[in-house]
Amino acid sequence: MSEAFIHLEGVKKIYRTRGVEFLAVSEATFDVEQGELVSLVGPSGCGKTTLLKILAGLHGYDAGKVRIGSARQPFNPAKDIGMVFQQPLLLKWRKIVDNVMLPTEILGIPQDAARKRAYELLELVGLKGHEEKYPYELSGGMQQRASIARALVHDPKLVLMDEPFGALDALTREKMNLELLRIWEESKKTIIFVTHGITEAVFLGTRVVVLTAGPAKMADNFQVDIPMPRTLDVRNTEKFGEYTRRIYRLLGIE
Amino acid sequence: MSGSNEQVQRYALAVLSHLILIAIWHFFVVYGEVPKVVMPSPYDTVHALLVPNYRWLENILATSIEIFGGFLIAAIFGILTALLFSWFRWLEMFAMPLLVSLNMIPKVALGPLMIVWFKYGIWPNTLMAFAICFFPIVLTTARGLREVEPDLLDLVRTLRGSRWQLFTKIQLPGALPYTFSGMKVAAILAVAGAIVGEFLGSERGLGYLMLQVQVTLDTAAMFMAVILITLIGGLLYGIVLGLERYFVVKDARIQ
Repeated sequence: MSEAFIHLEGVKKIYRTRGVEFLAVSEATFDVEQGELVSLVGPSGCGKTTLLKILAGLHGYDAGKVRIGSARQPFNPAKDIGMVFQQPLLLKWRKIVDNVMLPTEILGIPQDAARKRAYELLELVGLKGHEEKYPYELSGGMQQRASIARALVHDPKLVLMDEPFGALDALTREKMNLELLRIWEESKKTIIFVTHGITEAVFLGTRVVVLTAGPAKMADNFQVDIPMPRTLDVRNTEKFGEYTRRIYRLLGIE
Repeated sequence: MSGSNEQVQRYALAVLSHLILIAIWHFFVVYGEVPKVVMPSPYDTVHALLVPNYRWLENILATSIEIFGGFLIAAIFGILTALLFSWFRWLEMFAMPLLVSLNMIPKVALGPLMIVWFKYGIWPNTLMAFAICFFPIVLTTARGLREVEPDLLDLVRTLRGSRWQLFTKIQLPGALPYTFSGMKVAAILAVAGAIVGEFLGSERGLGYLMLQVQVTLDTAAMFMAVILITLIGGLLYGIVLGLERYFVVKDARIQ
């Protein structure tokens, strides 16, 4: 049996503030294969962002095992992680293309090649023609597209997204869901996508990991058996409804 | 096209409001038969420039050196201090409360002491302008350097970016709009500092000249001095504003 790209086993994280302990993550056990798009879904306080930060190497954990990469699938945590946050967090004083190039500057990647790649990625995310604009000239959805390009520019093997469409209006959000699937298929990246939107989680994920709060616990982990490419219509299928009902039940909403 | 039209309109209206003020001033004095000692007409005010005894150029130069000098020294040391604070947290915790306390001192109250320490002249007044300008620049710049989005910090950390990279790529350019907002406040304060210094004791400058002509009740010269001081202050403010336009992207400017 070959090793999974990402392997988590019994991961547990406790926050301690002024002597009070708060269980942020517990019993997180799941595998992610290379090229998967995994949704981490759950209510606020379920530890999904914490789990993402543990994967990013930004947080430690108190028990369990986390492994990313294997002998067969090399992974360098310094270079192989791309991040997208709820806010685009573009630097206001940089043009869009220079914003996208930020990770390459930090990593010391030759800038000529990086600029070329930034232009290609901006085209991929649908921002062709906006490269030399400043962030304030773009809408929120377009800024978030730029931040996705920024997460891909150093060609990372793993992209971590923390509710990237949470701050967008409902229509833009649906459009971005479709865009993300297209970008994912073209870039062939492994993506872990944190959301509290149940429909969004099922629509995007090849696999869904459900986390519950109070106490924080991993409640489910299942494959979404709906073929790609997906269109918005799949949300009306019986199968899709079964998946979302399964999550609603776990979260105690019926 | 309509944009530039609107701009022309804006400028025209701004110039118009100034001209109207001068016209009201003129008619008020001339038709109200206000004595010249109380309020000179615009014409009398400009006429005061022709009195050679007042050595206008020399006084303008002295006051300008105090204002621009004090401001420049405050900008340089203010920014450097804020940088040191951001690099050495303990230094900020140690020195910032002290600066806040020192800032409570009404700088004007230091005037007589400055004269004891530095004698009459340009130096104590420059120092007064500096003392007033320094704090707002330190405070705003330090705040700008501190204000880094936590998620942005995470982004740099996942890429194993160095402290220096974080500083040069994110903190420093991010602090620039804050520094400018502090400098705009400081530019206005610098004028007050220099003039108060001249009032308290000086042998040159427009503030000094005002005290001299007060004795002879040459109100027109006093009016002219006030106008010139305002113009010098306006020039400094305009330069700061121009630099801000050049260096800070529209969206990032702090109003």
